[in-house]
Amino acid sequence: MQIRKMGGVAIVAVAALGLSACGGDDSGSGSGGKIDIGIKFDQPGIGLKQGDKYSGLDVDVAKYVAKELGYSEDKINWKAAPSKQREQLIKSGQVKMVVASYSITDARKKEVSFAGPYFIAQQALLVKKGSGITNLQGLQGKKLCSVSGSTSATKLKAKVPGVNLQEFDTYSKCTEALVAGRIDAETTDDTILSGYANQDTYKGKLEVVPGVGGDEIYGIGIKKGDKATCEKINSALAKMVADGSWKKAVTDNLGADYKLDAAKNPPKQDTCS
Amino acid sequence: MSSLFDQFDVWGAFWMTIKLTALSAVFSLLIGTVVAIMRVSPVPVLRFLGTSYVNIFRNTPLTLIVFFSLLGLWQTLGVELSSQLPVNAFRFAVVGLSIYHAAFVCEALRSGVNTIPLGQAEAARSIGLTFGQTLREVVLPQAFRGAITPLGNTLIALAKNTTVVVTIGVAETAYLMNKVNEDASDQLTNMFLLAALFFVLLTVPIGLLTGRASKRLAVKR
Repeated sequence: MQIRKMGGVAIVAVAALGLSACGGDDSGSGSGGKIDIGIKFDQPGIGLKQGDKYSGLDVDVAKYVAKELGYSEDKINWKAAPSKQREQLIKSGQVKMVVASYSITDARKKEVSFAGPYFIAQQALLVKKGSGITNLQGLQGKKLCSVSGSTSATKLKAKVPGVNLQEFDTYSKCTEALVAGRIDAETTDDTILSGYANQDTYKGKLEVVPGVGGDEIYGIGIKKGDKATCEKINSALAKMVADGSWKKAVTDNLGADYKLDAAKNPPKQDTCS
Repeated sequence: MSSLFDQFDVWGAFWMTIKLTALSAVFSLLIGTVVAIMRVSPVPVLRFLGTSYVNIFRNTPLTLIVFFSLLGLWQTLGVELSSQLPVNAFRFAVVGLSIYHAAFVCEALRSGVNTIPLGQAEAARSIGLTFGQTLREVVLPQAFRGAITPLGNTLIALAKNTTVVVTIGVAETAYLMNKVNEDASDQLTNMFLLAALFFVLLTVPIGLLTGRASKRLAVKR
């Protein structure tokens, strides 16, 4: 009996050690520690993980901001932030910030705060080269693809009621179906679509039709009410634009033929609240 | 909670889940019965085919089966079940769900067959019934009555597994949850509670009904 009790105590002690070990190294703040940043892992041009290399516009923006906050590149812990998990990642403190083609909306502002914006994208179509679809009207009766539950599909359906909509859980599957000729167009932000059009596998086969929907205003998601961090990020973003790194990041990642909406970009940062 | 109903088509999503469950239940019962007959038949080739079916589809993840029914049949081979893409995806979802759950229906039925004493089949043969007649008149009626509980379990699993078809964009409950998560994440807790309640209301009656039915209908020996 005595031995059993001791065993129990030992297990509890080991478990407690394990827990404290976990708590120790993810403090997140302070210049000596690491910073957890959420990005997309599967969107070429925006946030893409290949092996242990990360690339994309969001990655470059995140690196610049992290540097201004006092974290060099090797102090960044990249974490996957799929669209539907972004609020939860921030709220639970698993990441310090999310830079993942994250549009600022009123519904999301109820849950998290946004720094930025750092980019204004617009909804666009991705079609095969020479498909003849050049605007919204060309979509009438055509087959369209988007991601399950995404707002871009809902918006286009309201504008072109006759459209035939197939949804998948990732944009990559849509692009595959587009190349296979089963669907005629794919819709989401022009940044994401340019990323696919510029991928080596699809180069020269696809083209982006811009300006079919509204603006998507990309911000950096942080914990709700964290005004101090928000202001630091905003001044980092302003500096990034001023020293030309912003422009370089955009052309590097979105490709030479990306049609940047220069009237809106680079956007002015909102005031933090 | 009420803003969820204003903003999203909650009833439509729930109705889609029910339609998927009901249709796939019917088709998987049909396919599963055929496969079960193959597995108990005296012809070795049929037995082999039946066993292969069960082992292949039971051990492949449902997400893969559902996705490949659309990717393989529609995208690559060009088979179209409807010219309306959402309807097309729905029908392929039913195909995927039915094929997968038929393997479990088959095994449930086979367990029902195993409740029948061997002497019954021997007796049926000795009075000159063919294999088909033995199945129809003696074995299957008793097998179904003995397999009600495992069939009910399969049906409950099927109801919950319908959430997997969100991968090909069928607008059912899991799809709705994704949409709420993307557009109104402040409502997420309500959506979770609502979805949980819906699935409880859908599956608990199945369990109660099949439990009662199996007590009343089981062949007492």
